[in-house]
Amino acid sequence: MSQPDVSAPLLELRGVRVSFATSRSLMGSPGASTVAQAVDGVNLSVSRGEILALAGESGCGKTTLARAIMGLQPAQEGQILLDGVPMGKTSRALRRHRRRVQLIFQDPSAALDPRQTIYESVAEGLRVQKTPGVERDLVAKALSRAGLRPPERFFTKYPHEVSGGQRQRVLIAGALALEPDVLVADEPVSALDASVRGEILQLLLKLRDELGLAIIIVTHDLGLAWMVANRVAVMYLGRIVENAPAEDLLTSPHHPYTKALLSVVPENHHQEQMILSGETPDPTSIPSGCRFHPRCPLVASGQARRLGIEDRCTSEDPQLTESGSDRAAACFAELVEVPSAQSPSTTTQDPTRATLEDS
Amino acid sequence: MSILELKDLRISYASSEGRLPAVRGVDLHVDRGEVLGLAGESGCGKSTIAASVLRLLPKDAEIDGEVLLDGEDVLTMGWTRLRAVRWSKASIIFQGAMHGLNPVKRVGDQIAQAILIHDESASKESAARQARELIEQVKLPARRARAYPHELSGGQKQRIMIAMALACGPELVIADEPTTALDVMVQAQILDLLKGLQSELGLATLFITHDLSVLTEVADRIAVMYAGKIVEEGPAKQVFDKPKHPYTRALGSAFPEIGDWSYRMSPVGLAGDPPHPNDIPSGCAFHPRCPVATAECADHEPRLESVGPARSASCLLLEPVQNGQMA
Ligand SMILES: Nc1ncnc2c1ncn2[C@@H]1O[C@H](COP(=O)(O)OP(=O)(O)OP(=O)(O)O)[C@@H](O)[C@H]1O
Ligand SMILES: Nc1ncnc2c1ncn2[C@@H]1O[C@H](COP(=O)(O)OP(=O)(O)OP(=O)(O)O)[C@@H](O)[C@H]1O
Ligand code: SF4
Ligand SMILES: [Mg+2]
Ligand SMILES: [Mg+2]
Repeated sequence: MSQPDVSAPLLELRGVRVSFATSRSLMGSPGASTVAQAVDGVNLSVSRGEILALAGESGCGKTTLARAIMGLQPAQEGQILLDGVPMGKTSRALRRHRRRVQLIFQDPSAALDPRQTIYESVAEGLRVQKTPGVERDLVAKALSRAGLRPPERFFTKYPHEVSGGQRQRVLIAGALALEPDVLVADEPVSALDASVRGEILQLLLKLRDELGLAIIIVTHDLGLAWMVANRVAVMYLGRIVENAPAEDLLTSPHHPYTKALLSVVPENHHQEQMILSGETPDPTSIPSGCRFHPRCPLVASGQARRLGIEDRCTSEDPQLTESGSDRAAACFAELVEVPSAQSPSTTTQDPTRATLEDS
Repeated sequence: MSILELKDLRISYASSEGRLPAVRGVDLHVDRGEVLGLAGESGCGKSTIAASVLRLLPKDAEIDGEVLLDGEDVLTMGWTRLRAVRWSKASIIFQGAMHGLNPVKRVGDQIAQAILIHDESASKESAARQARELIEQVKLPARRARAYPHELSGGQKQRIMIAMALACGPELVIADEPTTALDVMVQAQILDLLKGLQSELGLATLFITHDLSVLTEVADRIAVMYAGKIVEEGPAKQVFDKPKHPYTRALGSAFPEIGDWSYRMSPVGLAGDPPHPNDIPSGCAFHPRCPVATAECADHEPRLESVGPARSASCLLLEPVQNGQMA
């Protein structure tokens, strides 16, 4: 077995593809068996002490990707690496992987067994993993890290006896008990009442800072990303289409899809609303060329033609191209467009970007 | 005259632990052509208010106060009159109703059926024609009338529900969480449609949601509810941007403006859950969770009072003002 590479990102995905065999396409047209390419070549990495927000429309493949990262969903292609070491395929390797990478499911009420005490829920993972140590102490430590203090007070309680926010903390405690390096949280607050969400987000920030966890937050809420994320990756139809530091991406998006997503966040109308038509693009028939081109406002408005990229949009698959040091967008316009005209950036402009675009 | 006016509305449900007060004295009005947003967290009583407007509450619910629909009290109406005002004066898009479409019936037929039930003089043919027109009005192709619910996406089903609510030409539409559970982009599409219909038809709307930020898109005024009572009310933009009540402030901070640096890496939230109706705290019902509560808050219940032009809030720490004067 190879040695961990310390310079490598903690978690890295290289060209990950996950497909499902389905009997009919999404919008109801019956047909023979088809393949849904839910995750279609994802490159992504997260470092220790970093929160990455993974955003995108319903059905774009976020949960499938999260499950693949956990090893709960086999990837047909590509690699998932921890500390530079590819995830193994044997059940023993998978079990070890799942200790270091923990998933928090979306709905706290559905994820907890109502007949199990909070102690039992948190201890379950420890038993599955055969974690050494005194179980009682490990459970207490995890609960207290998740902000449930004093932990003993929660041992014998059942899920219905605590608040919604506390139930989410119990799930987080269950994940923390195994002392993971990576936490993947699938919509961790969307089932919670609005006033309670902030507390859970504060907890995630604290865990990032105090334990140096790498955290991937799957969310459809870009406002949430603004509150907690270091980086944001925007996913469209199984592919990351833009990846950048949160402040850059959220205040001066490059990819037309990111721009559209940001423009429909209520109370965020600094730019004109770009409401895309249609919904939940169908992974059983991914458009040729740029997968976003049938809905792309640049194509519809003629801007892509004026920029001389329209032919490429409809025939070539754009890759995530680095523009500047730390951000990338999969769009042909990225290489030709002068961004300052469309989105006056409030953040520091990257000097390397200008040279890239001038050339 | 307002199209809808609620006066000291009180509603309780029967439960094994006695009466459950879900709505505890609400005064509200919706003017003609106006969109009133009603916001608040799960269980605060929003859907209960919605159901009371067309008297659709369960039999064991006790209702007190007045529900004036175009000046007529719905609570004392006879059944014939009630049948006549339902859907033609006011209609409801129920929370989650798009999942309740009949799976084995074409959606056009379901809309036509709603028309026939409420307009006995209509012929089958004219109802079918109207259904197609309504489907076009919600920006779907008329041929979608022949679709079954499973052939439609969530957003398309919600459009069908909106078409159904418009079937009898109501003056008021009550939309209970019409975009909850829809994807962000689809939510924007539906909000856009509703805005268009409101201005096109001059529809008054009671728009119910737990997401305060959505209301800044559609509402003229916002009323914020907590534990069965209105705690703040005022022009939408003002309530969202400059909330007076600490609860409104907490609710609003769950939806920060992107680019507002005061929220960057510092989310704001409240401890605890909203109270259950059988366990409502003394004094100000919000006091156990309130970040600025004083000892007095546990003993004295604040009243909804004027705190500025067109604005009211119920908090002991706010100075009431004479109507029309600045706070
Ligand atoms: N087990 C499965 N079998 C077949 N198709 C699947 C399966 N799981 C997911 N899919 C399809 O893969 C695509 C991606 O689904 P996924 O659940 O990952 O999306 P998501 O981005 O998490 O969406 P949401 O925001 O609604 O949770 C969808 O088109 C979905 O229908
Ligand atoms: N039929 C009923 N019988 C008994 N209690 C009920 C009934 N319907 C609602 N309640 C209770 O009354 C309170 C108010 O419920 P209501 O549905 O009006 O809340 P809401 O504000 O619409 O919440 P949500 O945002 O979850 O839809 C809740 O505590 C609920 O449990
Ligand atoms: S590559 Fe072309 S179609 Fe794709 S997002 Fe960019 S401009 Fe739009
Ligand atoms: Mg998902
Ligand atoms: Mg409700």
